[in-house]
Amino acid sequence: MKNKLLPIFITFIFVIVFAIFYKGLKETNIYTPETKTNYEVPSLLVELFDTNEIVNTLEIFNSDKFYLLNIWASWCVPCKQEHPILMELKKNDNLNLIGINYKDTKKNGNNFLKEFGNPYDKIIFDNKGTNAIELGAYGVPETFLISKNRIIKKYIGPLNNVSMEEIKLFIK
Amino acid sequence: MLLSVIGNYSLILGLIMGLIIFYFSAKNFKNPKLLDAKILSFTFLQFFLVVISFLCLILSFVVSDFSNETVFNNSHTTKPIFYKIAGTWGNHEGSLLLWLLVLTLFILIFLVRTKNQPIKYRILTLVFQQIIIIGFFIFLIKTSNPFNFIYPIPTEGLGLNPILQDPALAIHPPILYLGYVGSSIIFSSVLAATVLNIVSLKWASHIKKWVLSSWIFLTLGILLGSIWAYYELGWGGFWFWDPVENVSLMPWLALTTLLHCILVLEKKLILTSWVIILSISTFALSMSGTFLVRSGILNSVHTFANDPERGLFILIFLFSLIFLSLFIFFYFHNSSKNNANNFFWLSKETAIIVNNWFMMYFLSVVLIGTIYPIFLDVLSSQKISVGPPFYHKLIIPFLIPFLLIMAIGPKLKWIKSNIENKIYLILPLIISIMLSILIVKNFSFKFLINTILISSALYLFYITLRDFFSKGFKNLAQNIAHFGFSLLILSILFNNLFSTEIITNLKVGETFENTKAKIVFEGVSQKEEKNYKSIVAKFLIEDSKGKLENLSPELRIYNQPNIATSEADIKTTLLSDKFIVINIVQNQEFFNVRYQVKPFMLWIWISVILISFGGLVSFIKKEYEK
Amino acid sequence: MKILKLFLIIFFIFPNNSLKADNEVIKNKITKNLRCLICQGQSVYDSDSEFANSLKIVVDNKINEGLSEKEIYTYFQSKYGDWILYDPSFNKNTYFLWLLPLLIFFLGGAIIFYKFLKKQK
Repeated sequence: MKNKLLPIFITFIFVIVFAIFYKGLKETNIYTPETKTNYEVPSLLVELFDTNEIVNTLEIFNSDKFYLLNIWASWCVPCKQEHPILMELKKNDNLNLIGINYKDTKKNGNNFLKEFGNPYDKIIFDNKGTNAIELGAYGVPETFLISKNRIIKKYIGPLNNVSMEEIKLFIK
Repeated sequence: MLLSVIGNYSLILGLIMGLIIFYFSAKNFKNPKLLDAKILSFTFLQFFLVVISFLCLILSFVVSDFSNETVFNNSHTTKPIFYKIAGTWGNHEGSLLLWLLVLTLFILIFLVRTKNQPIKYRILTLVFQQIIIIGFFIFLIKTSNPFNFIYPIPTEGLGLNPILQDPALAIHPPILYLGYVGSSIIFSSVLAATVLNIVSLKWASHIKKWVLSSWIFLTLGILLGSIWAYYELGWGGFWFWDPVENVSLMPWLALTTLLHCILVLEKKLILTSWVIILSISTFALSMSGTFLVRSGILNSVHTFANDPERGLFILIFLFSLIFLSLFIFFYFHNSSKNNANNFFWLSKETAIIVNNWFMMYFLSVVLIGTIYPIFLDVLSSQKISVGPPFYHKLIIPFLIPFLLIMAIGPKLKWIKSNIENKIYLILPLIISIMLSILIVKNFSFKFLINTILISSALYLFYITLRDFFSKGFKNLAQNIAHFGFSLLILSILFNNLFSTEIITNLKVGETFENTKAKIVFEGVSQKEEKNYKSIVAKFLIEDSKGKLENLSPELRIYNQPNIATSEADIKTTLLSDKFIVINIVQNQEFFNVRYQVKPFMLWIWISVILISFGGLVSFIKKEYEK
Repeated sequence: MKILKLFLIIFFIFPNNSLKADNEVIKNKITKNLRCLICQGQSVYDSDSEFANSLKIVVDNKINEGLSEKEIYTYFQSKYGDWILYDPSFNKNTYFLWLLPLLIFFLGGAIIFYKFLKKQK
């Protein structure tokens, strides 16, 4: 019996390995990052775009409303694509739009807003990109849905109609 | 367009040849004498058809025939001709054609060079090789055909990623494949030998040259890949423990282990089962590598465009081969012929077995590190990264005894060695330790492990060097290879410990100065080449000794595909490399400048060449043994 | 033997010069250990993407705030998950990762011992 045991055991191991790889192939998302959500907005000191004031993030996100935190830049092409969606979402009363101007200059940022419209209630000026990192963002464009000071949903990449509908459902 | 038709039909004919060869070999296996002449011509014809197909693809690239989908996806009229040709195998479909080329070439060479081996063995090797070849033909034709048409015919192609347009990377695949794919012969022949029960001293002696040639090419292929990474990727790194790099390292580890085992099997009939397992594993690892890299299951800087459907084919193909090998091993292999283990613990046999032990450990570290994240993700949806720290922590401590045994092992005799007069081995050990303490203390590195590691490597260095001068040409190949390895470890260690780096932001005309160097950003100029435009930055660097050097890194914008790259300027000398790159900072007028001084880089490359040269010497020696 | 003893004594008498941690050196060590999340298989140190550059500044800030290396890793881990660390931490997810190779090493040693060396007199 001992003679037969080893080959059977080894074959069994290889069958398992095969099954795991097979399953792995089916999920094509191996090695793309999980988006961490449901964590608290960290307390950071940020500079406001318009007034150059330094405020704490906890002061910005302090009311009971929903907040949509959108990272954008004048040099970011997909941001232009998602902009109409932001203008549309602005119409919702129970949603505050906060923008983060990412690695940009105030001059270019203002030109962008003049040309395409300003959907934001407040804008944070993040010219080094460090605030975005401290919030757990990957880059631009990126949008966070925040409620009760917790980040409940992350959208990596430009918003589209699907994500807009989803946001609308959340904030009802 | 005609080229694609010829190329495509050559492939189909090649597949048919494979089936014919397989059929006739199986049918006439009992009276093989009937086959002898025919087999050689069929195999040659199959190889010839693959050559035609390959040439058609190369020509399609050279004339920029964009009716061919592969050419369209990977080439551009303004690409320099050298890279047009190299582009043939720089993509998934073309590289598979290269696989087929090497597979058919090697079996042809095998049949030609083994005329005096038993005929059944040759036929059976051919049969197993054909299984692999037919599998690849089907894979190529069905899922990755390099001769697909597109209509309407575009006027221009999508071009090749500019970081791939580099001389080292151009010849990296052919050389790597000669090693990687060449191990298929070892696989096929060991299966044949197991079935016929002729795994013996004679077989080991015969297969040694195949193991050596595969090993030499694989070593050089990996070297070329590292050189490319050094010049094109990252900031002066040459090995990142990236999954694709690991995937080429694993067959190398198995092959090196196999090489050492063959040395034993050449002389006595032990370790036969282990040799069979290693021979199968080497090629299995090569194929697993192909699977991991092309299926989309891994994500890396180096991967080809991924496609799970192709991945599924390779997965099934790979595991079919594995199960076939397992079956043959367990059913046919008779290990009772081993006339065992009549060697003393202090002997060369033990040293080689210990070598195997450590090598398999290193292989398991690389294998587990590469595959574990996939397993974890599939089984529990948790994503983790396994990077350099993991490999360093698990490998470096074990390198120390490994280096010491590498030094002492070759000096032991076969079967039994005497302990008495080994004092002369201990003295150099002490000297090495003292030397390395001196080095580590003088430069205030706090790690104890560095001391021990450097001493072990120095010990091996000294022993092999001394052997070369005192023993001359006896065991020359092994001496050179082991010496090369000690040099490699020393170069990597010193490079790591003594590299310096300056990162700063500079505007044109500004200067940066510290105790180690003075960097003057003299100016920028523009340059235009056939397929890119560039900004060339001119730097004047003065080192701590007052020596001046001009360095000119570039920022290139290629026209197709529209990608910007940063080209480092590297000045190489025997003692160190000076390495500088610049990068644009978003929205600012200054550039980000990175300047590194990297000692002994050249010696890292030279040591690997030395290692493969050792293999070459062994090969030539074997050639003249007849 | 005497030489060996003498050298061992010398070795342990000399103080281990601990390297004064240059901020730059620590920063490089940390950024080499962090994955650039928007690149394909590059560390933050090697990458020049926007993400990597901003992250390098954040690492700088954290070092200046006095955080230790481990604390900085934990900081990023809490934001981006285990995925961002190249040095897999030793937790229930990674027991097998770290222990399996060592297990194989000892298993190999045991096999060799029993098959080849036990038969020695």
